Amino acid sequence: MSNKKSIVDIPTVNKIARLSRLDIPEKNKQSLTNDLNNILGFVANLEEVDTSNVEPLASVTGHKLPLRSDIVTDGNMEDLVLKNAPESSSGFFVVPKVIE
Amino acid sequence: MSDLLKYDLLGASEAIKSKEISSVELTNAYIEAIEKTSSLGAYLEIVKDKALEMAKVSDENISKGVSRPLEGLPIGVKDMFCTKDIKTTASSKILDNFYPTYESTVTQNLWNDGAVMLGKLSCDEFAMGSSNETAAKGNVINPWLKHKKMSPGGSSGGSAAAVAARSALAATGTDTGGSIRQPAAFCGITGLKPTYGRCSRWGIVAFSSSLDQAGPLTRTVSDAALMLNSMASYDKKDSTSANLDMPDLMSYLGNSIKGKKIGIPKEYTQDGISDDIVNFYQKSINWLKEAGAEIIPVSLPHTKYALPVYYIIAPAEASSNLARYDGVRFGQRKEASSLDDMYETTRGEGFGDEVKRRIMIGTYVLSSGYYDAYYLKAQKVRRLIKEDFENVFKKVDYILTPSTPTTSFELGKKQDPLTMYLNDIFTVPASLAGLPGISLPIGLDKLGLPIGIQLIANAFDEPGLISTAHVLEKSADFNFIADGAAK
Repeated sequence: MSNKKSIVDIPTVNKIARLSRLDIPEKNKQSLTNDLNNILGFVANLEEVDTSNVEPLASVTGHKLPLRSDIVTDGNMEDLVLKNAPESSSGFFVVPKVIE
Repeated sequence: MSDLLKYDLLGASEAIKSKEISSVELTNAYIEAIEKTSSLGAYLEIVKDKALEMAKVSDENISKGVSRPLEGLPIGVKDMFCTKDIKTTASSKILDNFYPTYESTVTQNLWNDGAVMLGKLSCDEFAMGSSNETAAKGNVINPWLKHKKMSPGGSSGGSAAAVAARSALAATGTDTGGSIRQPAAFCGITGLKPTYGRCSRWGIVAFSSSLDQAGPLTRTVSDAALMLNSMASYDKKDSTSANLDMPDLMSYLGNSIKGKKIGIPKEYTQDGISDDIVNFYQKSINWLKEAGAEIIPVSLPHTKYALPVYYIIAPAEASSNLARYDGVRFGQRKEASSLDDMYETTRGEGFGDEVKRRIMIGTYVLSSGYYDAYYLKAQKVRRLIKEDFENVFKKVDYILTPSTPTTSFELGKKQDPLTMYLNDIFTVPASLAGLPGISLPIGLDKLGLPIGIQLIANAFDEPGLISTAHVLEKSADFNFIADGAAK
């Protein structure tokens, strides 16, 4: 079932982890790389399916996305919006300093 | 007290309406059952006071002659549903301190119809898993062969275990690739995944938005009909919500299936499927035949590509959906000196291994240079899978398959992620096609573990699904109770 061919290596895993904003401890990288190779090897058998005249399917329902008027539907919920924030101040979310 | 646990959802509803029992009595019996079965680990949060308050309101309603469809019936909620001011974690460490300021549409529908909330039920982290083992707070134990510590299945493992253990009269679940049907099969109960779009996704923690769908986990097919009646609704807050009325499913119970055509797909009898399941599959076919249905062999030729498609599309959507857990607006934050470091440590420490694997896979298949080969390819094969079903439904009314290739397995035994994924081999295809499916218990294997059978219907044919499942349920006459259930 699993494809032994290596599709990703540790440098690639580092790059994906960076794109995913995930800190992966050094000691876990080899096993994660192995897992990803097994999974990517498994999904790679889609290659054998002829899809030359097939449109990609993004929505199973086939219905059109509904539109609504571009007007304010709610508001004045600052307290609720900030309620679960790890840190907030004066009506803002607070993040580590981004400008020196 | 124990007599109260004998009622199923429909039976309890009738007993409350006729004032034979009160909702407070029933709710107290369930709170006691939750305590008695706490070693199973099904509940993450118990809201005793709220439950009794809701039960009291129901009893007052009944005394005034008012009774909503689920009046006074105590149920559990999978921790994927946002519940106002009640901790909602999706079984993840990253949401350990999250108290939603709003209620999901599905749970609001249930409370509006009179249901009583018992608490929040464990699941795999962000519903990613098939054994409930990825839950941050630890395993849930299947009440069947309790001493052996079997998996309840997943991701709605807590929901299935609670219903089987009689610590909830019924429970909500969510199903992305089998997360209602597989745990229902493992725990000997009924689980129904409706057509994509039937139940609003608003307020449900998002995993894979083109697949996620809420549904009921119940003791019987009638109970599933009763509960889905309330869960389903058109919702303007979910842009993929289907603007279609759901017929009253209760009126489809007891309908004859004489002359209905049942498709038996040849691709669902693969190697690796247990003998007991093969035997009960054959029995189910015979029962449907005896009930007057016509059995027709069919083919869904792209079935073997369903899992590969699923394991591209679901992680891709998950990697996008889970980008919101950034330590800024809600959830846990791990402090760091720079913004990027804060994101990485927050997410690195907050997510478990399976969630990280899926985010990584999703990011990879969506990344520049690989998008066409993986993601676009998967979307194309997904269409072929959907077309397979469309072709078969020109010839038959329903499709019958096993729910799972095996019965439950011991917790801690399946470590390889890929082996775990194979659990959903029979449930994923219908998910990819957006079709409704139901798993119901039909017997026990040699070890005494429940076996589930799956019926799949055409889109929006939940009424016919209920009729057919009800016939099968009567023939199977599954009336076993888990040894680990509350007495």
